[in-house]
Amino acid sequence: MAQAAKLCRPGVIAAYPITPQTHIVENLSQFIADGELDAKSVNVESEHSAASCVLGSQAAGVRSFTCSSSQGLILMSEVLFCIAGMRLPVMLVCANRALSAPINIWNDQQDSIAVRDAGWIQLYAENNQEAVDLIIASHKIAEDPKVMLPAMVCVDGFILTHGMEVVDIPEQKDVDEFLPPYNPPYKLDPKNPMSFGLLGTPDVYLETRYAIQKTLGDVLKMIPTVGKEYQDKFGRDSLRLIEEYKTDDAETILIAMGSVCGTIKDVVDSQRKQGKKVGLLKIVSYRPFPKQAIKKALDSAKNIGVIDKDISLGSDGALYSEVKSVISSDKKISGFIAGLGGRDIKAKTVEEIINLSEKEENSCRFIDLNKNILWEEFKTI
Amino acid sequence: MKKEHFQENCYVSGHTACAGCGQSMAVRIVMNTAGKDTIASNATGCLEVFSSKAPESAFGVPWIHSLFENSAAVASGVETALVHQGKKEGINVIAQAGDGGTADIGLQALSGMLERGHDVLFVCYDNEAYMNTGIQRSGSTPFSASTTTSPSGKHSTGNPRPKKPMVEICAAHHIPYSATSSIANPKDIEIKVKKALKIKGPKYLQIHVPCPLGWRSDPSQSIDVAKKAVETGLYPIVEYEYGKLTKSRKISSPKPVSEYLKLQGRFRHLLKDAKALAEVQQVADKNIEYYGLK
Amino acid sequence: MFSILAAKPKSSERNKTGSWRSTKMPRLLKKECINCGLCAYICPEGCIEGKDKNQYSVDLDYCKGCGLCAYICPKNDVKMVENQPQGESKEK
Repeated sequence: MAQAAKLCRPGVIAAYPITPQTHIVENLSQFIADGELDAKSVNVESEHSAASCVLGSQAAGVRSFTCSSSQGLILMSEVLFCIAGMRLPVMLVCANRALSAPINIWNDQQDSIAVRDAGWIQLYAENNQEAVDLIIASHKIAEDPKVMLPAMVCVDGFILTHGMEVVDIPEQKDVDEFLPPYNPPYKLDPKNPMSFGLLGTPDVYLETRYAIQKTLGDVLKMIPTVGKEYQDKFGRDSLRLIEEYKTDDAETILIAMGSVCGTIKDVVDSQRKQGKKVGLLKIVSYRPFPKQAIKKALDSAKNIGVIDKDISLGSDGALYSEVKSVISSDKKISGFIAGLGGRDIKAKTVEEIINLSEKEENSCRFIDLNKNILWEEFKTI
Repeated sequence: MKKEHFQENCYVSGHTACAGCGQSMAVRIVMNTAGKDTIASNATGCLEVFSSKAPESAFGVPWIHSLFENSAAVASGVETALVHQGKKEGINVIAQAGDGGTADIGLQALSGMLERGHDVLFVCYDNEAYMNTGIQRSGSTPFSASTTTSPSGKHSTGNPRPKKPMVEICAAHHIPYSATSSIANPKDIEIKVKKALKIKGPKYLQIHVPCPLGWRSDPSQSIDVAKKAVETGLYPIVEYEYGKLTKSRKISSPKPVSEYLKLQGRFRHLLKDAKALAEVQQVADKNIEYYGLK
Repeated sequence: MFSILAAKPKSSERNKTGSWRSTKMPRLLKKECINCGLCAYICPEGCIEGKDKNQYSVDLDYCKGCGLCAYICPKNDVKMVENQPQGESKEK
């Protein structure tokens, strides 16, 4: 991931260490120290300042990169909204991790889901190859003069960040051809001294939000196009709205994001061997949310099971709610909360989810709960 | 026609500051002294609100505001980007904030900026409370001032705590320059901005800027009020270089603090309270001794 | 798609704050002026200009009537007088 970021030639990198993101920053710092990357690294005193620093450097016309995780991303959240509102195409890699309390360094996707409304493009990688591809490819969309929105590539903490995989790292020359130098339509410049970050009164604020919403709608159309361009150049179709895995004739389709999709694909393969018509719909682009593509992909399905590694407490899993709002009412749809705080989602868990999805409708069903540590009243053990 | 002795007007009319605003006066001097080859970042606050209501801006230099607490961090990013582009030489980077955006919510980002050694001048416009939200107490509110969140009353003589010594906190980072100034002597602002911008590295300048609305003083007395703050010893005008106090503006015969307090509604409750008044006098006396103002 | 994202430099000049002025307005007497420039230097609005003795003027389109120019003038050559809302604005 650090290699992919380096290939994009960021001029300013500002990040604050947090597990499991740390080695991305460490590696980038080493690249700079070794003279392999011509960039300035700012060792900020917090994630809030990391995001603020790249806000400033991107506004000054330099491609800027940051990465974070969990509490760090949430500490940044105030700035994240601002970066999008100021239309600055900052690049962020989020090593997905659970949120406190209790403090937990392991993977789920609550952190990035919690900032889904910030106006960022949010892409979820299934594996490290996709992470590399999405980092490079998303720059191109984010920096398009008609887009100018930040992009967040979400990678499951530990599972991807600390996983060892063989990954094809593109050649610098090819990346340079694919991704031209950053040339923004506006920046802080004494030769053209504009003011940015204005006070938006009720007369103008609504339109600023409308503009971002429309632009994210345009991004929905651009993702397949730029994805194709990336595929032509590098041979992989990682940048796409969704991936349909054996969904064509599937009666039961699971929907998920990120690394769990690898496990689900294995289960789909083995169940297909037993003659069961199951498939997987992987969401790559969560923001913008590809409603039409999802609707179409679920055409044949009778039963739908959505796996959320997050929960909007007091409501449902985020992905479940959004998918449910898209599909027709004749389909059976269930929402499952699984894998929070690093709880393993095993093949057996996925099989259970398939069975439950076929049996009856569920919403917000927690999978793999240990009832031995749940009580009606406060207790210590 | 040359408008005044500044080369270029970098902060112009049409902003919506209150009449007699000390901050607006100081900003004009800071911006015009720095000149057009300057990029400014700004914290949320009065200045940001009265200077940049969409679609207009009073600034003639490139200017950026994003949040309350991050002016120093944004300026750090701007400066780093300029260094990366090889454009830093000849361009000043100035971070601006009010006292809340400096001493309270912005302190961490400011400390980080100073510690990392960015070539940025941080200017704190100190009007000694959260004026933009309606005169709430900040860490920079002086002892015994009545604000909406430290009101005077039967059981209170106003703000119970002394003012946070920001100029020393910044100086303690052993930065090249940390100083105070005041609209009491407007030319002093220009001299110090010029001096600071000649130095490479992080600089801190805190300017005392009376707020007629929040201090309940007469707009036409803004400069007079600021003068009395200096002349009583309640607002020491000092300079620190690399952590050491190198200059302090002398006040040979300090005025009694009541001369300052009586001009402002925020201190009115002290005037009939001899004990409370004596305590404020002690603050001035301590300043005079501590900063060597005599 | 974009909406308002940035402002042009000095675009606040469109906003005529002189209408805020309530009770008093400055009158430059132009008798004792020594061209020290302090009135123009300290004006929080930046609406005083001039370069020669007794040649300074106040742009009442912006003046909010704070009276700091009268305070700072070392020669007492600026007087605060009753506000006259009409007829005093200098052409821009």
